[in-house]
Amino acid sequence: MVIQESDLSNIERLRWQCRRGMLELDVLLEAFLEQHYGDLPPRLKRLFVQLLEFPDPVIHAWCVGGEPPEDEEFLQLISTIRQTKVA
Amino acid sequence: MALEKQRFDTLILGAGGAGLNAALQLANANLKVAVVSKVFPTRSHTVAAQGGVNAALANVLPDNWHWHMFDTVKGSDYLGDQDAIEYMCREAIPTVYELEHNGVPFSRLPNGKIYQRAFGGQSQNFGGEQAARTCAAADRTGHAILHTLYQQNIRAKTHFYDEYFAVDLIRDDEGYVLGALVLNIATGEPLLIESKTTLLATGGCGQVFRTTSNAHINTGDGMAMVLRAGLPLMDMEFFQFHPTGIAGKGMLITEGVRGEGGYLINKNGERFMEKYAPNAKDLASRDVVARSIITEVREGSGVGPEADHVLLKVNHLGEDVIAKRLPGIRESSKIFAGVDPVKEPIPVFPTAHYVMGGIPTDRFGRVMPSADDDGDHLPGLYAAGECACASVHGANRLGGNSLLDILVFGRLAGHNIIDYVKENSAHRSLDEASVEQAMSRLQKWDAKGDGITVSQLRNEFRKTMEDHAGVFRVEEMMVEGVEKVRQIRERLSQVRLTDHSSTFNTNRTEALELENLIDVGLSIAVSALHRKESRGAHSRPDYPNRDDKAWMKHTLYWMENDRLDYKGVRSQPLTVESFPPKERVY
Ligand SMILES: Cc1cc2nc3c(=O)[nH]c(=O)nc-3n(C[C@H](O)[C@H](O)[C@H](O)COP(=O)(O)OP(=O)(O)OC[C@H]3O[C@@H](n4cnc5c(N)ncnc54)[C@H](O)[C@@H]3O)c2cc1C
Repeated sequence: MVIQESDLSNIERLRWQCRRGMLELDVLLEAFLEQHYGDLPPRLKRLFVQLLEFPDPVIHAWCVGGEPPEDEEFLQLISTIRQTKVA
Repeated sequence: MALEKQRFDTLILGAGGAGLNAALQLANANLKVAVVSKVFPTRSHTVAAQGGVNAALANVLPDNWHWHMFDTVKGSDYLGDQDAIEYMCREAIPTVYELEHNGVPFSRLPNGKIYQRAFGGQSQNFGGEQAARTCAAADRTGHAILHTLYQQNIRAKTHFYDEYFAVDLIRDDEGYVLGALVLNIATGEPLLIESKTTLLATGGCGQVFRTTSNAHINTGDGMAMVLRAGLPLMDMEFFQFHPTGIAGKGMLITEGVRGEGGYLINKNGERFMEKYAPNAKDLASRDVVARSIITEVREGSGVGPEADHVLLKVNHLGEDVIAKRLPGIRESSKIFAGVDPVKEPIPVFPTAHYVMGGIPTDRFGRVMPSADDDGDHLPGLYAAGECACASVHGANRLGGNSLLDILVFGRLAGHNIIDYVKENSAHRSLDEASVEQAMSRLQKWDAKGDGITVSQLRNEFRKTMEDHAGVFRVEEMMVEGVEKVRQIRERLSQVRLTDHSSTFNTNRTEALELENLIDVGLSIAVSALHRKESRGAHSRPDYPNRDDKAWMKHTLYWMENDRLDYKGVRSQPLTVESFPPKERVY
């Protein structure tokens, strides 16, 4: 997928992309978008937009399933996502 | 501006397992197929199904479809239609093989055959030893199925409308369904899709309850569209609750945790299941555990500032066991409950998991508009999957049977639509009044000014459903619940959007969903109030027994005046003898 600059700032679109097939991801990704996304450097914003294109079970395994990604950059993003307050 | 229109042979609302399997049959038969989904197809809720799909392949232990049928009839607490159940259990076998041929990577045995897991409720020889009937693709069965079916549909040239929201069905005076009005979520533009046949495959409605395991998209949209079209929903009082969801959030904490020795405690630290089920204790059946939790909370033994949940204790198992045998649970609890189960117990509460009821269909996926079982079905309208009720689950469903249901009946509806389109090859002329009605439903949300917000009313509604029509159902509180939900329905007209933009306006989508939730919620509350017995997942402490004489019948609910009617269970299978009702033993 080619990510445009405008994709990074289209929060409404991202909010709908956070609607997933798994409740865990709905809750975590939506909360992350509200709490942390705005403060991310463009590099990580871009990575988040990319993350949303991954299949649900992959995002689930990375964020909730205790199987973190090997890629360093994604790892950094996922650890921020995991710090989101949802409880 | 003129309303944009598109024409197809068939329109499918929903791109989960049911919708995609139907679409594939149709596209392979060279019909012009449109599939509409509010989210990208592979993000449909089917993706959450990890356990697997049942079929009596007998690859691991002896098995046959007739035993599978027995288990399903028994699991349904004798409310399932035995002709449909026979059909589903027979068709399970070719359905799984067809998926295999289409490329679903099922887990395998060393001999190359599909591996099968054993689950509760599966027996050999009509109630004998444990059977192993569930086929899985590792722990990603739902994803593997969706992904495969989606790819096959792309190959077969199915036309996808991704991120389009179906608003309402379009009908004419004679009752024919002519298609649907849908909304492009990205642009806010409406689109009219005209079709010779329409299949509803919009999935479940777990979001009706405050605590649910269902994704946010499960708002019962197709069910509500059917109600607004003046058609009934069937057996909506039957909702399966999983006893242990994370309190206030809903995510499942699997039975495995109690299987490994975890147990429930109340605010005094008492292991309360010893009181309700002295033998099975925390491993008692789902409905018994769920009801016990609610009883504790109602009697003031709940935990937390609102005293509204109980605790699941696992820390005595030790960090090693938790890490080895219950992976995922620790992460999930840390993130969603804010507790590390190695140190502290997990706050839990029963979570709404699966709706057995839905849009009544016959064995061919055709929507049935009345209580007359031999009466006409609705021309051109079909339903399949969790939104439908072919009545294979009756009063309770078995694990692994719902993926089966969506696949078998999705495929079958596809085949029937092919025949229908052969005989009805022309589009009927559009009914403008019906289009206007659907448009007005959209336009009413343009109203500006102060009012209640969507989330305010939604929270109130879901809490009311949980308190008054959830696990614990006694007359007085249910009467109160129906009244409260009716008032909430009235107050919907006071809701105002906080965002009136056109692109990706989540606020508007959620308003449309809220209206659907409320309509469907009432069908649950009213149907449950009037069923004065306990059967399957519907439990009434004030009517604790199953009453086959008075209640072996399906409930039908119509939105107009909250009207109910009933129709008999189809106890006669297709080729074998009927399974007569037997006492339920725990
Ligand atoms: C956590 C969890 C685990 C489960 N595990 C299992 C299991 O292991 N085995 C099993 O058999 N069952 C399982 N189930 C149940 C099973 O997953 C579902 O019953 C089944 O996937 C439903 O499939 P479906 O095709 O009917 O609908 P869904 O997969 O829910 O798809 C509905 C589709 O309709 C679309 N849609 C809805 N409303 C609209 C609208 N207004 N406009 C446009 N599109 C719309 C959605 O976008 C989606 O594409 C599980 C359920 C849960 C909650």
